[in-house]
Amino acid sequence: MNLLSGDPPRGRALQAILVLVILALVLAPFLFPGAKALNVAAKTCVMILLVASYDLLLGYTGIVSFAHVMFFGVGAYGVGLALYGLGAGWGALVVGLICAAALSLALALAIGLFSLRVQSIFFAMVTLAVAYAFNVLASQLSWLTGGEDGRSFKVPEVLQPGFRLVEGRVFGVAINGKILTYYFVLVVVAAAFLVLLRVVNSPFGRVLQAIRENPFRAEALGYRTVFHRTLATCISALGATLAGALSALWLRYVGPDTALSFSIQVDVLVMVVVGGMGSLYGAILGAALFVFAESYLQDAMGALSRLTADASLPLLPALFHPDRWLLWLGFAFVLAVYFAPTGIVGALKADEAKAN
Amino acid sequence: MSALDAGAALPRRGPDILPALTPLAVALIAAPFIGSLSTFVTLTAAGLAMGMLIFTMASGLTLVFGMMDVLNFGHGAFIALGAYAATLVLLPLASWSASDSLGLNLAVFVLAIVVAALICGVFGWVFERLIVKPVYGQHLKQILATIGGSIIAEQLLYAVFGPAQIPLALPKTFEGSFVFGQAAIEKYRLLATCIGLIVFAGEMLVLNRTRIGLLIRAGVENREMVEALGYRVDRLFVAVFMAGSALGGLGGAMMALYRGQVHATIGGEFLVLCFIVIIIGGLGSVGGSFVASILVALIANYAGFLAPKLALVSNILAMVAVLLWRPRGLYPVSGR
Repeated sequence: MNLLSGDPPRGRALQAILVLVILALVLAPFLFPGAKALNVAAKTCVMILLVASYDLLLGYTGIVSFAHVMFFGVGAYGVGLALYGLGAGWGALVVGLICAAALSLALALAIGLFSLRVQSIFFAMVTLAVAYAFNVLASQLSWLTGGEDGRSFKVPEVLQPGFRLVEGRVFGVAINGKILTYYFVLVVVAAAFLVLLRVVNSPFGRVLQAIRENPFRAEALGYRTVFHRTLATCISALGATLAGALSALWLRYVGPDTALSFSIQVDVLVMVVVGGMGSLYGAILGAALFVFAESYLQDAMGALSRLTADASLPLLPALFHPDRWLLWLGFAFVLAVYFAPTGIVGALKADEAKAN
Repeated sequence: MSALDAGAALPRRGPDILPALTPLAVALIAAPFIGSLSTFVTLTAAGLAMGMLIFTMASGLTLVFGMMDVLNFGHGAFIALGAYAATLVLLPLASWSASDSLGLNLAVFVLAIVVAALICGVFGWVFERLIVKPVYGQHLKQILATIGGSIIAEQLLYAVFGPAQIPLALPKTFEGSFVFGQAAIEKYRLLATCIGLIVFAGEMLVLNRTRIGLLIRAGVENREMVEALGYRVDRLFVAVFMAGSALGGLGGAMMALYRGQVHATIGGEFLVLCFIVIIIGGLGSVGGSFVASILVALIANYAGFLAPKLALVSNILAMVAVLLWRPRGLYPVSGR
């Protein structure tokens, strides 16, 4: 209970699904052998942290930011460029992470203090513009970032695919550096998630929710809203930076497409809203569902597309084309905004309440 | 002294012209650094034309925000839709654009942008009814819903028109440039400037000189009062939304022609620019966005010539500088 900061997931169905997802993630290398499955699992882990830190802003504080992926990119580039420039050691990793965190903090402070004084809508636009400029900057400063091509780099030896922890196999799986990296990512994400859970259940987290519900009243009660909002922005930026660092470590590559593209920002928005705003557990469900859909829904859609094409229906084959999977998640997103603002978590909770 | 006299005795504030002079100031400051007069003229003319193109797109966004308090993150989808709609006219009538006759060229161009505006207006109505109407007055949900709408719209565009770039040729008369001495001014940029000025004049006239504009402005001030007088404010606002979408489409079509190709990413790219422009101009102010568009385009052009690396972030720097001077933009709209 203490580990979960006194805020365990409520409702049987929610608990059952969460346990399933977490078990699947913990045992992924053994349950689902193969490179693709492990990639999906690692991406899910990274996304859980990214989405949870975004939920701190969107769901708990009621601020829309479009710069979250920028902080993700800062983390990814920080670690990536440090490992590229300083060589593949743990020291370089730590240096990169610290520099990235410092840059993220400075950017978050600047954006927050500059634009959170005014309406939240203003913050949304300013973050969008800044994130866009950052993206352009990263792809143009090619002497530093490798431009559009990005940078491939080596990771510390223990995490390299060639490394073997033990000779032979454990449950039929060779324990190599890739699997060690996966568990490294998983453990860091789990720890960071618990820290975020602690933050939202602290008195500070309560104030954030008060600000979300009614900023004027929160201010009248004596809380400095600009301070709280800016601090929330900074904490969430640090979470995103860490997620970016883990993502770079897993991919052993950093580039604009994997670290800074605006489509990642849209993905994160979809995950938060579909999973459930204002509940960190929603991040786990949203990220798992989204990454799973991204990786496996396309196959199903391809089959459906061929089926409708064989039946020579107009337009439908194009709509079910595997590349159009985001279309259907877009529909789910809009419906969730209207009818289920608390997402899957909220729906599961409501079922539980009815049953009682 | 009666209340009426007191009102009459209030000093009339002259128009605030200082912000309107900023583009001129920027041009004057940049001129000595550029040095050559012909380069300066070329850059300035190009900047003005680009400013007009941006203004056409951004004014739709600021109009909708100023009138309806809706920040439409789906505006980019209309910019892209307008670009694709233009191909519906220009590709089948390619022989008209390829002919030497000015009349046919102009006809196909006007037809293309009018069709783009009409299609975007119609889809603006659909978008307003389906996406925006349920979330009036809730900013957070508006942002989310309109983003969701733009995801769907972009994917539908890909599904209907295919994911590849569509090349688009300018009508023949508008290719090439006029040359004055050493300075070259592209013909199409002149045309774009004219269209932008017409749009600006039209908006100012409708808003300030017609009964509909009066009702819209009154509806913004006090919606319930206007409704109590028997006017259907909601219909008026739908019309504003359609007009805003149509302007986005018009600008998108013209920008696609200028670039010579159409792709759905044009939407997201110019949405960011539109936001910067309407923040600089003051949210909801048409005049402000007009000045801001020119300012942003001029700065981008000069910076691109003088310090290409700086040009990448010149828009953001311009925004920060303006907001430090006037925190609510060049021409803040009261009550927003």
